[in-house]
Amino acid sequence: MIRRVLPHGLGRGLLTRRPGTRRGGFSLDWDGKVSEIKKKIKSILPGTSCDLLPDTSHLPPEHSDVVIVGGGVLGLSVAYWLKQLENRRGGMRVLVVERDHTYSQASTGLSVGGICQQFSLPENIQLSLFSASFLRNINEYLAVTNAPPLDLQFNPSGYLLLASEKDAAAMESNVKVQKQEGAKVCLMSPDQLRNKFPWINTEGVALASYGMENEGWFDPWCLLQGLRQKVASMGVFFCQGEVTRFVTSSQSMLTTDDEIVILKRIHEVHVKMDHSLEYQPVECSIVINAAGAWSAQIAALAGIGKGPPGTLQGTKLPVEPRKRYVYVWHCPQGPGLETPLVADTSGAYFRREGLGSNYLGGRSPTEEEEPDPANLEVDHDFFQEKVWPHLALRVPAFETLKVQTAWAGYYDYNTFDQNGVVGPHPLVVNMYFATGFSGHGLQQAPGVGRAVAEMILEGSFQTIDLSRFLFNRFYLGEKTQENNIM
Amino acid sequence: MWNGTRGIHRLGGAVVPEGNQKKERTILQFLTNHFYDVEALRGYLLQREMCKVHLKNRSFTWLEEQHGPYSAGAFFILKQGGAVKFRDKEWIRPDKYGHFSPEFWNFREVPVEAVDASDCEINYEGLDNLLLLKELQSLSLQRCPHVDDWCLSRLYPLADSLQELSLAGCPRVSERGLACLHHLQNLRRLDISDLPAVSNPGLTQILVEEMLPNCQVVGVDWAEGLKLGPEEQPQDTASPVPA
Repeated sequence: MIRRVLPHGLGRGLLTRRPGTRRGGFSLDWDGKVSEIKKKIKSILPGTSCDLLPDTSHLPPEHSDVVIVGGGVLGLSVAYWLKQLENRRGGMRVLVVERDHTYSQASTGLSVGGICQQFSLPENIQLSLFSASFLRNINEYLAVTNAPPLDLQFNPSGYLLLASEKDAAAMESNVKVQKQEGAKVCLMSPDQLRNKFPWINTEGVALASYGMENEGWFDPWCLLQGLRQKVASMGVFFCQGEVTRFVTSSQSMLTTDDEIVILKRIHEVHVKMDHSLEYQPVECSIVINAAGAWSAQIAALAGIGKGPPGTLQGTKLPVEPRKRYVYVWHCPQGPGLETPLVADTSGAYFRREGLGSNYLGGRSPTEEEEPDPANLEVDHDFFQEKVWPHLALRVPAFETLKVQTAWAGYYDYNTFDQNGVVGPHPLVVNMYFATGFSGHGLQQAPGVGRAVAEMILEGSFQTIDLSRFLFNRFYLGEKTQENNIM
Repeated sequence: MWNGTRGIHRLGGAVVPEGNQKKERTILQFLTNHFYDVEALRGYLLQREMCKVHLKNRSFTWLEEQHGPYSAGAFFILKQGGAVKFRDKEWIRPDKYGHFSPEFWNFREVPVEAVDASDCEINYEGLDNLLLLKELQSLSLQRCPHVDDWCLSRLYPLADSLQELSLAGCPRVSERGLACLHHLQNLRRLDISDLPAVSNPGLTQILVEEMLPNCQVVGVDWAEGLKLGPEEQPQDTASPVPA
């Protein structure tokens, strides 16, 4: 292959090395050499190419301890905490299955990216507080050698929630609970509001609550990429594919009241590749449903909800996709740099975006106005009729504005009580949920991920007790209602 | 070679000649990508650096109970290497060995007026101790490597008394953190020069001036971000130039 040409008669003095050759040792062009050998053999031997082992690099592994369905911020957060809290390094094989590696419809990327502690349930407040400290120390939690530090672009400007007369009492009691849990929130009267934010019109506002610390908005993509990078460096497997089937086994057991209960266990997950019929059965021991807006389909595959209605077998997972619009507009005379994320009494909200007088916001539609979640098309009339009037009333400067762009995203909306579903299913014993957060999944992801990991590794919630978010409540009818939803 | 571990993970670290830094980094990166030992060692060294910063910023609650908030806060600043000025007293600075005079332990009731925490390693947790000084009038956080936007959002308890604040040269402060300075309505002088993380210094200066109308904002000439017009002469940079 490499011929050393010794020019005859040039003598010893010019016995120099030709460039590109080495004496002794192996050269670094190993792949090139191998392909050359392969080509030579092919040309000498007759027959087809000798591919003894087909390429399976796109398929998931055949065995995995934990399979996480859904690679958004919740799924990656569970993967991160599982790896962080496992007792031995490399003790668990975790596989994250994500259908769309571009995340084009995933709620994480399309989110407004806000984090706030102004909830009415203590568990939600604690989750948000932990997430705030996670984001603050993100370069300690998600440090990867050789990677540059993450810049979340966090705006600590806070949330300003406005309440009308009839909601003022509820807001006061909420703020009391928030202060008890350690959130830094203060109540403001309309006069104080006008003093602090002169661009606001306080007509119809009886009380306002303003978050001073640990509240604001950040870039969800950065969090997602940071989690992905860290989780990959910890040894988690990724696969791009769709979960199409669960292979389960059932066991009939008797309760203490001598009733028969059928417990199911998932043994295999069938992951189908994109644009082909090829699928890989992954043998697993735990499945985590973090599929966001499509969690109900995954739950139905496992047989959750197949039974007479009113029984535990017949209780479906009440999470469905709901479409929400976000509009970006430009208003040169709008509120200044100190603007928090303002949530109006009517449900409309807006926040600043960048330095150039751009704002983004939207409004949750009422039950009758719910748009069709079949696609992510934006309805601009919704802004004209349902959002702009409220914004213009609250901030007179917004009477002249120009919409630049808009997008739509899904909420994994929990139709039962708009709060997340966390923890194992009572009948399908090895499926754990981490979904249904109805719009605040991003801000609670670190806390929920840790809770699910603790549930799996220790058997119970250790740091934040999320027993109120278990699946049982759908059958028992106990709503853990959250009063502050945007 | 060990300078590399600190330098890579600290934003805006010490200035090293570009060529050397790049060569250092690629060798280190190559070794890290190919050897688990190097990766683990670098991870361990990074964790140790972070632990050191955490240790420096622990809360001195016991000292606060014993000697009062002003002395505890002053001790925290002096231990970090900053300087403290009590009301009607002289500046107390540590010398080059880090020693400082213990006379301030007697000033139980005397509030601290000014703090010069330049080049100190104060971070978010350390501000617990700084915020004990309720009547602080002047605060200088120049070139502090760990002061970022989250820390600025914590300064609002000092709104009643703080009149002078300097953030010059902090590598992690951006315009998003400057937005939460609007709570400090008594601020008369704010220095925001030389902030490398601010994307548009001229525009930021204008927006901050609008946000704090009674304050003199020093630092950036707002014409900095603008381009010269085609017929303007390049030497006249003192007066505003249209883009």
